[in-house]
Amino acid sequence: MSTASVPLPNWINYGLIPLLNLIVAFFISGLVVWWIGENPFTALRLLIEGALGRGDAVGFTLFYTTSFIFTGLSVAVAFHAGLFNIGSEGQAYIGGLGAALVALALDQYVPWYVTMPFAIIGAALFGAGWAFIPAWLQAKRGSHIVITTIMFNFIGAALMVYLLVNVLIVPGKMAPETRTFLPGGQLPKLDWLMALFGAKLGPAPFNVSFIIALVMCYLVWLLIWRTKLGYEMRTLGISPSAAVYAGIPYSRTVIIAMLISGGLAGMMALNPVMGASARLQVEFVGGAGFVGIAVSLMGRSHPVGIIFAALLFGILYQGGADLSFEMPNITREMIVVIQGLVILFAGALEYMFRPALVHIYQRFKRA
Amino acid sequence: MDFFDIVVSILGSTIRLSIPLLFTALAGLFSERAGIFDIGLEGKMLAAAFASACVAYVTGNAWLGLLGGISVSLVFSLIHGFASITNRGNQIVSGVALNFVAAGLTIVLGQAWFGQGGRTPQLTGEGRFAPIILPFVDVVRDVPIIGPLYANVISGNNILTYLAFAAVPLSWWVLFRTRFGLRLRAVGENPGAVDTAGISVTWLRYRAVLVAGFLCGFSGAYLAIAQSAAFIKDMSAGKGYIALAALIFAKWKPVPVMFACLLFGFLDAFANFMQGKAVPGIGEVPVQIFQALPYILTCILLAGFIGIAHPPKAGGVPYTKER
Repeated sequence: MSTASVPLPNWINYGLIPLLNLIVAFFISGLVVWWIGENPFTALRLLIEGALGRGDAVGFTLFYTTSFIFTGLSVAVAFHAGLFNIGSEGQAYIGGLGAALVALALDQYVPWYVTMPFAIIGAALFGAGWAFIPAWLQAKRGSHIVITTIMFNFIGAALMVYLLVNVLIVPGKMAPETRTFLPGGQLPKLDWLMALFGAKLGPAPFNVSFIIALVMCYLVWLLIWRTKLGYEMRTLGISPSAAVYAGIPYSRTVIIAMLISGGLAGMMALNPVMGASARLQVEFVGGAGFVGIAVSLMGRSHPVGIIFAALLFGILYQGGADLSFEMPNITREMIVVIQGLVILFAGALEYMFRPALVHIYQRFKRA
Repeated sequence: MDFFDIVVSILGSTIRLSIPLLFTALAGLFSERAGIFDIGLEGKMLAAAFASACVAYVTGNAWLGLLGGISVSLVFSLIHGFASITNRGNQIVSGVALNFVAAGLTIVLGQAWFGQGGRTPQLTGEGRFAPIILPFVDVVRDVPIIGPLYANVISGNNILTYLAFAAVPLSWWVLFRTRFGLRLRAVGENPGAVDTAGISVTWLRYRAVLVAGFLCGFSGAYLAIAQSAAFIKDMSAGKGYIALAALIFAKWKPVPVMFACLLFGFLDAFANFMQGKAVPGIGEVPVQIFQALPYILTCILLAGFIGIAHPPKAGGVPYTKER
C-alpha cells in the first residue's frame, strides 16, 4: 500500500520530519569536517561561540539573520502561490539600486527617519520591477518562472556591474561603488537594543532593518492567512486548475505574488547597503537570495519558521566566518555545503522518512 | 592584425568556449527529455572539474582524471535521481541543493587537501589533454583562407573537443533512432503510457539521469584538465546555466543544441575580443551586454517571440505509479 495518503498528526509533519531532515543534513556536514581531519564537535563548539559568544558576534549574527528573513519571506510568498522564485538574489541586487538612489538623493537634506520610508519604497519597487518581467512571462506567455528568474539573476548582475563601473562610480576612484552616504542616508545601529540585554554591539552592523524585517514577517502572515489575496494565492499554489475554476484570476494572482516576492527581496538591500556599508557595492547580496531558498524550505514558508531558520543561517554565517579563522582547514565555504545539504534534505528529500514514520505511527496507534 | 586573422582567432576561441557548453547542454537534453529537470548541471560540471583535476594530479594521467570526473558526476546524478525519481521530491530544489553542495565542497576539500585557496596544483605533461595537431597542417597552412582555418580552428584542439562534436550526431541517433531513445522521449511526454506498456518509468529515468551525469563528467574534465591545467574555484562560472539556456534556445533538439552552444560561445569570444575596443560611430560597447546577451536571447525566446519552445510535457512532474 502507498503510504503517501496516510495522514500524520501535525507534530510529526511540522516538528519531527523537519527536525530529522535537519539532523541528517548536519550529520553529513559533520562527516565532511571529520573527513578533512578536524573534530566535528570542536568545530561545532567554535562555530557556536563565534556566533553567540560575544556582543559583536551576536550583532553580526543578527545582521545576517535580517538579510535572510527578507529573502526567506520573498521565496515563501512566491512558494505559497506555487511559484519557485530563484531570482531573489537578482531582485535584491536591483533593490539595492533603488535604496541607493533614494539615499543619494535625500541624504544631504533630511535625517534618516525621513529617508527610510522612501528607501523602503525604492528598494521594494526596484526589486518588484525586476520580478515583473519573469512574472509577466509566466502569467501571459507560459514560460517557466524558474528559468526566467535564473536568467534575470545573470542579466541583473551584468546590469549592476555596468552601472557601478560606468555610471554610479565616484569620478577618479578605482573601486566600482557609489559615494558613501551621509548619516541622512544610513540606517542607525540598534546598539540600544543590545544594551538592554547588557551586550555591546561593537563594530557589528546590526541595524534598524531588523525591525523592518520583523514588521514584514507580520505583514506577510497577515497577507497569506488573513486576506482574500492570500487565500487566492494559496489556492493557486495547491491547485491552479481548482483556482481558475473557482474564478481566481490566474495571471493577476501570479503577477501580484511575484511583485510582492520581488519587493521583499529588494528590501533585503536596505540591510547591507544602508545599514552596513553605507554605499552600493558590487555583489553586495553575496548569495543571501539563495540562502532565502533554504530558509523558506526549512521554515515551511511560515514567517515564524522563517525567523528561526534565518537565525540558524545567521549563526552559520557568522560562526562559520569565525570558525575558518580558528580552524584554517575549514574554509568559509563549509557554510555553502551545509546550506546545500539543508536544501537537499529539508527540500528535495523532505518525505524520505515519511513512509518509515507512517509504519511506526500506525503500529503505535494500533497498540 | 588584419581582418581575416581576427576572424580566425575569434572562431578558434569560439570552439574552445563552446565545448563545455555543448557537453553540458547535451547532458541536460537527455535528462529533460526524460522528464527530469536538471538545474544541477552547473554543480555536476564543477564537481567533475574538481575530481578530474585531483585524480589527474595524483595519477599524472588525464584519462584517469576524466574517469574520476565522470564518476563524481555520476554520484551527483544518482543523488538527483534518488531525490527526484525515488522520493518524488521537487526536481528544481534538488538541483539547486546539489549546486550548493558542489560549490562548497570543491573549495572546502581543495583547501583541506592542497592548501592553495581552493586551487588544485598545476598539471603538467600527461596530466592534461594536449592539443592534437591534425595531419598536413604544415602543408595546408599557406593555402589562403582554408589554410589558417584548418590550422587554427579545426586542428590544434584536444581530444575532448572532437568527442564533443561527435557526441552531437551520436545523441541524435540515440534519442531518435534507438528503442531506448524512443522510450526516453516517451517517458518525458507521457510516463503513464510508458508504464502501461510494461516499461519501468523509474529505471528509464535513472538511465537518462546517469547519461546526463556521464556527459557532465566530460564538460568538467574539459574545463579543468584540457582548457586549463588545474581546478580553480568556481571555474564553471555559470556555464551550467548558459548550457541550460542553450538547451532551451535549441528547443530540446540535439543539432540545434550544437548551434546554440556555438552561438553562445561566439558571444563569449566576441565579448573578450571587444573588451576595451571602440566601435566606430558607437564608441566602446560595454562588455556586460555580451555577457547578458545569451540570457536575454533565451528570455525573448521563452516569451514566444522567436518561435515557441515546447518543453517535454511531463518535465518536472514526479511520476506516481499508484494512488
